[in-house]
Amino acid sequence: MSSIVSLKRVAKRYQRGKQTVEVLHSLDLEIEAGDFVALMGPSGSGKTTLLNLIGGLDRPSEGEVSVGGQRIDRLSGSALARFRARHIGFVFQFYNLMPMLSAQANVELPLLLTSLSAGKRHQHALTALQIVGLAERAKHKPAELSGGQAQRVAIARALVADPTLLVCDEPTGDLDRKTADEILGLLQLLNREHGKTIIMVTHDPKAAEYAKHILHMDKGTLAPQAVA
Amino acid sequence: MLKQIIAVTGMNLRNLSQRLGVSLVIVIGIAVTVAVLVSVLAMSAGFNKTLANTGRPDRAIVLRGGSEAELSSTISRENTQTIIDAPGVRRDADGKPIASAEMVAIINLPLKTSGADANVTFRGVGGKLQVLRPELHIIEGRMFRPALREVIVGRAAQAQFKGLGLGSRIDMRGSQWTVVGVFESGGDAHESELMADIETALSAYRRNLFQSVTVMLESADTFKAYKDALTTDPTLSVDVKREPQYYAAQSKRLTELLNFLATWVGGIMALGAVFGTLNTMYSAVSSRQMEIATLRAIGFGATPVIVSVFVEALLLSLIGSLLGGLLAWLFFNGNVVNTLGSNFSQVVFRLTVTPALLGSGVSLALVVGLFGGLFPAIRAARLPIVEALRAQ
Repeated sequence: MSSIVSLKRVAKRYQRGKQTVEVLHSLDLEIEAGDFVALMGPSGSGKTTLLNLIGGLDRPSEGEVSVGGQRIDRLSGSALARFRARHIGFVFQFYNLMPMLSAQANVELPLLLTSLSAGKRHQHALTALQIVGLAERAKHKPAELSGGQAQRVAIARALVADPTLLVCDEPTGDLDRKTADEILGLLQLLNREHGKTIIMVTHDPKAAEYAKHILHMDKGTLAPQAVA
Repeated sequence: MLKQIIAVTGMNLRNLSQRLGVSLVIVIGIAVTVAVLVSVLAMSAGFNKTLANTGRPDRAIVLRGGSEAELSSTISRENTQTIIDAPGVRRDADGKPIASAEMVAIINLPLKTSGADANVTFRGVGGKLQVLRPELHIIEGRMFRPALREVIVGRAAQAQFKGLGLGSRIDMRGSQWTVVGVFESGGDAHESELMADIETALSAYRRNLFQSVTVMLESADTFKAYKDALTTDPTLSVDVKREPQYYAAQSKRLTELLNFLATWVGGIMALGAVFGTLNTMYSAVSSRQMEIATLRAIGFGATPVIVSVFVEALLLSLIGSLLGGLLAWLFFNGNVVNTLGSNFSQVVFRLTVTPALLGSGVSLALVVGLFGGLFPAIRAARLPIVEALRAQ
């Protein structure tokens, strides 16, 4: 299988006052299409930074980042925004739904960046909600949903535009065990049945067990370890 | 792009109810600014309107040369006759010139509102008063009679001052004058005055000098000829002005003062409103940080975010300005107030909130909104997505 994510000698440094802090050190990574990768590691190990670089939310200080065959490390802000709209679906720990919009309108948001008609957007959003099992809650607002339901809506929003990659940052960090298992089962289903490539940051070893591969990070470097 | 702008702006506006308190800071700040600005300008507009309504282009007023107002002018009886008999003055059916040699004096009367004494113009007028000033109508009582200590009072003066009811007696120069009539004259400055027969007034004040002569011209076009006739007469040293020109000059100083006040007070308040708007919009951007970062992460551009912040600032400013305009209109439009006029006496006028003034208020508010929204919009656009997502 071909690599859908490729990082070569990637370093990321931040300036904190007069001090330069290197979060990622000359990191190499290849993730194949259709993979489900869990990124684990202690706080401050650089896993979210790595996820942000892959998701095009941030740029590396050094090295190359390619997603879907496209170099994204040198893209301008607007080109990166277009890249994210087309290729990346984000799932956040706290769902990040728009409180004033219904579940369906939240799911439709990424489609506003496409040329789809309103009718098509509506239809696609309903399909995405059906996939996550929440079609009957389409008209509900986030405040009227449980945590698990809100995260399902967020997952529907992440996959509605059929992105190349689903990027999940602690997607079950705010959920109880049972709900977390349901969400992880859903991600696993999207990976196995729909062929979605998923990269997930998690602290939870049980959550990581749902992935095909677990990557351990420590002090800005990677130690790959295959499971299942 | 338009779809993005509409979607982000729509979301933002739908979220306003959750930021009602801080949003009201903008609305109230701008409403007060606009209300103050519009009401001060309404004063200026009302005062202008009152003095602009005073006079006709086919009437001329003659003062001693160099006198800016009637109080500082004196004209001898002999000169008065020359002024009235000059060519260009319209004559009545009997061939007599339509003119009025007049005197003015300042008397004190208590205001109805505070009871404090204020200056009122007492004007002695000639017998041709109603032919010379056809806009003057007796609306209550009757005209004064010559040789009797009788006065007629303007409607505006009666509304503002105590003791001007029909039949009331006013102490002037140690004698009592009876109010025998109330007049209106189209809302002009004369409505703030008291009028009596000129000879009786001169006698009461022990004067033999007039202060102005107002003449009706044959037509507005004969003004120049009339003026030339007087100013080239070596026996006279007078200034001749059309009535509207004279009253416009009288209102100029106060109008300038009111406009200066409106500009500075309104300007300083607008500056305060800009800071209020800035503060509120920064707070709005801060409270929407997660939303903005999420939208940017999904792929929305910076422009829709900038537009949404601007639209919010402008919309709140617009609401504030309409509220301020409405308050000014409800509480001030048509209000009767008085101020010192040209003769150091009270001129009563109505505050006039015109559509143009409301337009100025709305324009000022939109400028405030534009400046108040600018920096928060830039901040929103530059919000680092990663940091904003981490900050939740």
